[in-house]
Amino acid sequence: MTTTALAPDMTDSRSWWQKPRNVAIVAGVVVFLAVLGWLGTRDLTFTTDVQPDGSTSFDWAFFWSLVPDMLNAMTVTAWATVTSFVVALVLGLFMALGRRSTMKWISWPVTAFIEFIRSTPLLVQLFFLYYGLPSLGIVLGPLQALTIGLGVHYATYCSEAYRAGINSVPHGQWEAATAMNLKPSTTWTRIIIPQAVPNVLPALGNFLVAGFKDAPLGFTVGVTGLMFFATTIQARYFRPVEPYILIGIGFLLVSLPAAWLVRRLERYMSYERI
Amino acid sequence: MDQLILSSDRYARLWEGTQITLGVLAASFVLGVVLSLLFGVMRLSDRRFVRGFALAYVEFARGISSIVLLFIMAYAVPILFGLPQENVFILASVALGLNMGGYGAEIIRGAIESVPKGQSEASVALNLTNMQRLRFIVLPQAMRVILPPMGNLTIEILKGTALVSLVSLSDIAFRIDLFRTNAALAETRTPDWILYLNALVIYFVIAQIINGIFRYFERRTNAKYESRNRPLPASDVAPAGMVK
Repeated sequence: MTTTALAPDMTDSRSWWQKPRNVAIVAGVVVFLAVLGWLGTRDLTFTTDVQPDGSTSFDWAFFWSLVPDMLNAMTVTAWATVTSFVVALVLGLFMALGRRSTMKWISWPVTAFIEFIRSTPLLVQLFFLYYGLPSLGIVLGPLQALTIGLGVHYATYCSEAYRAGINSVPHGQWEAATAMNLKPSTTWTRIIIPQAVPNVLPALGNFLVAGFKDAPLGFTVGVTGLMFFATTIQARYFRPVEPYILIGIGFLLVSLPAAWLVRRLERYMSYERI
Repeated sequence: MDQLILSSDRYARLWEGTQITLGVLAASFVLGVVLSLLFGVMRLSDRRFVRGFALAYVEFARGISSIVLLFIMAYAVPILFGLPQENVFILASVALGLNMGGYGAEIIRGAIESVPKGQSEASVALNLTNMQRLRFIVLPQAMRVILPPMGNLTIEILKGTALVSLVSLSDIAFRIDLFRTNAALAETRTPDWILYLNALVIYFVIAQIINGIFRYFERRTNAKYESRNRPLPASDVAPAGMVK
């Protein structure tokens, strides 16, 4: 009889952070975010030397001259997406836990808040934060308003995903944790959350992509992202066609590969689970 | 804090805004549902070309941001194709409908795939045309799977209609913002946050109504489905001796 080979995970006693491949991925993500954070927080002005030709409805020279500014604006939008998504991930977890709470005075207001935020437009929420709150004595900068607005909005989505993930952890895990006399905090951090989060990673990835598509709304409160770039160019050169088409293409170039990555993650996760 | 309620004159203007919001919602919903059905079915076509075309549309509609699509529709498309720019209402509704169609097509495709294959095979055996099979066999059964995510999608589109205020359609969000900028002229100054809170509550109420409508139809379709699967009355069951 030949011995059956063990699955790689069963012979490998290293923790995930001891495997070179994972370390490389994490390092790559950290470097990417650092560069993005550096690029995405610059003060940008949008202008081009090429004067558009008024006789055509689409001027290619003008179009190409806008590309560098568009890429700059893209970094701002992407960085705003990343920061608000971090807010959403953390806040969403607390919302999910709050909603599950057995204490009515916690779970009820949290549930009401989640439902309210989920069914009202992000645009009006941003207006509320940026134009409404100063009347209460709270003044937020453009990027702060966008980060909080987008972050809280997507936190409610993430909390629903977390909730589904927590519910998907088998009941026996809870019972085993009780039988082993683990504290509630240990049960959550060592048993439930490590099993719940991988299940919801694809859903969270989808929300990241969706957040990127909502982030240009920041132009209404003065964040110099993609829509801000397009409206500025439109106002300065009276040419709406080129900038809007350009940011549309820019969006597709980022969000289609991102969505493809999420789908791969989804397949990988379901493969790992079987 | 003493006045969370606005003046009745302002509510009258907000009601006009609500009508525009609902109008855009209805127009984009109709277009969205038509596109969803069309492209959802096309995604399952036997022809590679049709499938590929539907996939391209779905990826485009889901990949592009709804706000960018709206601005392209409202500003770039009229210039490129020589359309009248005054009809922002239609252009905005088309943009939102295109966006909804992309997400809806995926819902429809998933729901059609969830109907057991035997149902399609049986309708082929009964010599139904493709259209009849879709209309009478597959879609009624897929409805149970379609309705809940479609309700969520409709609320997403309701939230999307707030964007049309940015292309100067005077919906709820537009009018509330107008109240704020005109506040200096008003005789009684309402704090800005109360204005926006009122707008948010109106949107919330509309969303709850949409939710209620979809819940009602969900209950109806489920009831139909349950009654069909009810155990047969005793007289219809074959006597024990006849069962092999």
